[in-house]
Amino acid sequence: MIQDEPLLRFCSEGIYCVPGRFYIDPWRPVAKALIMHGHADHAREGMQHYLCHHFTVPILKARIGADIQVQGIAYNEPTYLNGVKVSFHPAGHIIGSAQIRLEYGGKVAVVSGDYKVQDDGLSTPFEPVRCHEFVTESTFGLPIYKWLPVESYQQQMRQWITENQARGKTSVFIGYSLGKAQRILKALEGMGDIYVHYSIARLNEAYVSAGIPLPEYRNLDLREDVKKVAGKIVIVPPALADSNALKRIPDFATAICSGWMQVRGARRWRSADAGFAVSDHADWPGLLQAIKATEADKVYVTHGHTQTFAKYLNETGIYAEAIKTEFGAEEEIEETVKAEKE
Amino acid sequence: MKAFAKLVNDLDSSNKTSLKTEAIQRFLRDADDKDKLWLLALFTGKRPKRHVGSGLMKQWAMEIAGIPEWLFIESYSSVGDLGETIALILPPPQQQTEKPLYAWMQDIIALADATEAEKRYFVLHAWNNLNTTERFIFNKLLGGSFRVGLSSKGLINALAKHYALDETAVAHSIMGEWRLDDVEFEPLIHGHYSNTFLSKPYPFCLAYALETPVERLAPLSEWQAEYKWDGIRGQLVKRAGEVFIWSRGEELVTSQFPEVVATAQQWDEDFVIDGEILPIKEGAVLNFSELQKRLNRKLLTRKILTDTPVGMYAYDLLEWKGEDIRLRPLQERRALLEMIVESYSPASIQLSPVVSAADPESLLQLRETARERNSEGLMLKHRRSIYHTGRKKGDWWKWKIDPLTIDAVLIYAQKGSGRRSAYYSDYTFAVRDGDMLVTIAKAYSGLTDKEIQEVSRFVNKNAIEKFGPVRTVKPELVFEIAFEGIGYSSRHKSGVALRFPRIARWRKDKTVQDIDDLETVKKLIT
Ligand SMILES: [Zn+2]
Ligand SMILES: [Zn+2]
Repeated sequence: MIQDEPLLRFCSEGIYCVPGRFYIDPWRPVAKALIMHGHADHAREGMQHYLCHHFTVPILKARIGADIQVQGIAYNEPTYLNGVKVSFHPAGHIIGSAQIRLEYGGKVAVVSGDYKVQDDGLSTPFEPVRCHEFVTESTFGLPIYKWLPVESYQQQMRQWITENQARGKTSVFIGYSLGKAQRILKALEGMGDIYVHYSIARLNEAYVSAGIPLPEYRNLDLREDVKKVAGKIVIVPPALADSNALKRIPDFATAICSGWMQVRGARRWRSADAGFAVSDHADWPGLLQAIKATEADKVYVTHGHTQTFAKYLNETGIYAEAIKTEFGAEEEIEETVKAEKE
Repeated sequence: MKAFAKLVNDLDSSNKTSLKTEAIQRFLRDADDKDKLWLLALFTGKRPKRHVGSGLMKQWAMEIAGIPEWLFIESYSSVGDLGETIALILPPPQQQTEKPLYAWMQDIIALADATEAEKRYFVLHAWNNLNTTERFIFNKLLGGSFRVGLSSKGLINALAKHYALDETAVAHSIMGEWRLDDVEFEPLIHGHYSNTFLSKPYPFCLAYALETPVERLAPLSEWQAEYKWDGIRGQLVKRAGEVFIWSRGEELVTSQFPEVVATAQQWDEDFVIDGEILPIKEGAVLNFSELQKRLNRKLLTRKILTDTPVGMYAYDLLEWKGEDIRLRPLQERRALLEMIVESYSPASIQLSPVVSAADPESLLQLRETARERNSEGLMLKHRRSIYHTGRKKGDWWKWKIDPLTIDAVLIYAQKGSGRRSAYYSDYTFAVRDGDMLVTIAKAYSGLTDKEIQEVSRFVNKNAIEKFGPVRTVKPELVFEIAFEGIGYSSRHKSGVALRFPRIARWRKDKTVQDIDDLETVKKLIT
C-alpha cells in the first residue's frame, strides 16, 4: 500500500481516482469515465469507455450516441478497477443518479455529484454512505434555500392549474427535460390532459424502461397544430421559454419549476407568470444532514456557493475545501444551448 | 392575512394588467373592508411608524436560524431584500394563525409603547405563525417599507372597474388627505369625503414620434413648433378657487410643487392648463437631474425650494371659465392661453415658447441645438388640431433628437440585486482615460434574456475578483450605450454622468481597443 498517495485528485480533466486510474464525470475526453448521472454537465461526450448505473445507460446513448462504449452497473454492486473497490449508491437526484464510493488501502471516498435527500417518488431515494472523504455539491448552499414538502408544492402547482382552468387558460410548465419534467408530470397526475414536448417524451422512455410508471401523457410538437392543447396542461424544456414556438399556444400562462424560484426577485425577473421552487438538488438542511451522515473527516465542495458553504462547514468543525469544477451553474445554460440546436 | 398575501403574490407573479386587475378585484370581493382601507393607506404612503429596528430583526432571525452574521450577509446579497432574507432563513413555522391585515396593523402600531422584550416576543411569535410569503409581508409592514407591486394607475383602474366609478374620481378620493381613523372604505372610494368633480382632469393628448421626413409637413406655416421639454407633464386644474396638479400617470402631485400652486391661486378665473413642470432658475430651464432632487420627498425644505425652484411651461388651454374648449382649433386655444398668461406675467407659470422656422432646413437646425436648452427636441402640432383624447396619429408629432451613444467596456457585473438573482444582469461600464479605465455608467436594461445568459457565462469564467455580490470582470465585452443627456458628476470615477443610460447593443465586432476615451466623451457636454 502506498501511504501518501491520495485517493482523489482534482485535475483539469475532472475528478481523478489516482490508484484506480479513472475519472468521475470528466469534462475533457479521457480513457475511462465513471458517470454519476445523465445531465449534460456531468455526462459529456468523447470518453473511450463509460461506466454508469443501468438506468443511466439509455440516457447516455440518447444524449451522446448509440455507439458509445458503456457498461451498466446496479446500486450497491461492488466491482474492482485497478484494485480500487468501486460501488454506486443512490443519490436521489434523477433516475439512475449515483454517488460513487471508492475504497483503497483502508481509505473510503464518496463522490456524490448532484443529490437530494427529499424523496421525489421517482428516483431511488438518497442513501447515506459513511466515508473518510466526501465530495458534495452546494448548488443551493445558502440557508435561504429550504424546500417545501412534496405534497405542499404539488398542491400549489395544482391550485395554479385550477385557477388557469377557470379562466380557460393553458398551463405551461417549464422544467429541465430530464428529472424535473417527470416530477412535474407526476405532480399533475389527474389534473387533466397533459401534453409533453417530444424532447422530454424521448427521455420519459428511460423511466418506462426502468419500470418506473409515469402518468399518462401525449406527445407535443409545437411545429404542428397546437390548438388541441388549449386549456390543457403542457410541459416544455427551458430552451422553449420565451420562444416563438411557444407563443403559438393559444392563451397560456407559464410557470418555471426550479430551486431558484425560491427567491421573489428571481420569480419576478423571469418573464413567467408563476415560479415554483421545486428542485432536484439538496436544500440547505438537506446538505447539512447528508454531510453529517457520512461522518467524513474531509469534505470537498463543488457546484454553486462553494466558498461560502466550505467556510460554513469549517466554522462548524467539519474540515472542508472548495473545489473548482466545470459542473453546475452552467447546467441551465448548457441544456438551453443543447436543446436549441435540436 | 391570507387574502392580502394572495394579492401580493398575484401582483408579483404577473406583468399583465388584466391579471393584476383581476387579483385586486378578488381582494376587493374577499377581504374585510378594514383590510381594503389598509391597502389604500399603504398605497398612498400612510404607513405606521417603525417601532422595531432592522438591526434587531436581523439579530433575532440569526439567533433563531443559528447562522453567523457573515452567512446572513451572503444570503442577503443573493436575495436583495432584508425582510425576505429573514423570512427565508427562519425555520418553518410551527403553527398557522389567520388574522386579518388590519388586526396585524393594530398590533404593529401598538408596539409604540412596548419594551424591547415585548417587541421580541411579538415578532418571534408572528414569525412562528406565518408562512414564508406572510412573514415577508409582515417584515415589510413592521419595517414601514411595504410596497405593492402595482402602479397607482393600476389600483385606481381596478377600483373604478370594480365599483363602476370614474377613474379620476377614484384617484381624487383616495389620493387626498384622509386619516385611517376618520374614514370608512366604501364612503371613501365613493368620494363622500371630497368633491371629486372639482379636480377632474382631462385625458392628456399624446403625440407619436415623427415617422416621415419633416419636409412632408407642408406647408410648414400650418404647423406650430415648440420645444419638447423634459420634465413632468402635468395638468394644472383650478376650479372654485381650488388648485390641483395631475401628473400624466393621473397621480395628484399638487403638494410637490407649491410654487406653481401659489401662482395659480393668484389668478381670478377657473382654468385647466396642460404644461410641463420644469426646474427653472434665472429664466433658464435646468437639467432634469435637478428636478429629480425634489421628487417624492416627504418634506420640501426651504433650502430645496431655493436651490431648485420649479415652474410650469404652459403648452395648452383645455378649459376656461368652466367651459371645455378642447374642440376649438389649437391656434385659438393658444391665443387665449397667451393672453391669459401674459396678462398675469407670473413667475412660475410661463408660456412654452413657440419657435418659428421658415423652412425644414432651419427647423432641423433648431432641433439639433435643442439639447443646449435642456430640451429633448421639438413638438410639431397642427394649428387647426383639436385637443385629442389620448394618442392620435397625424395632428401632433414629437421630433426627438437622436440619442447620444458611446462605446464602453463592461468591468463590473452584479446579480445580487434581488430582482434577477440567477444571472448577472446589472452592469457597470467604463471608458478609457489615458491608460486607465474609468467607470461612466451603470445600465440594467437593453439586453435580451439570452444575451444576459451569455454575459453571465462570461462573468462566471472571467471574474477577476469578488467583492460582495459584485464581480470585477476582464475588460473584454464592448457595448454601445445610448443616453439622453450628459453632465458633470462625482458619482462615477470619470467625473461625468449619463442620463437614461441603456444598452443599445452588444458590439461583438469591437474590442476594448475600440472604446471611447474620456476626452471625446466630455466633448458631448454642452
Ligand atoms: Zn444534475
Ligand atoms: Zn451537477
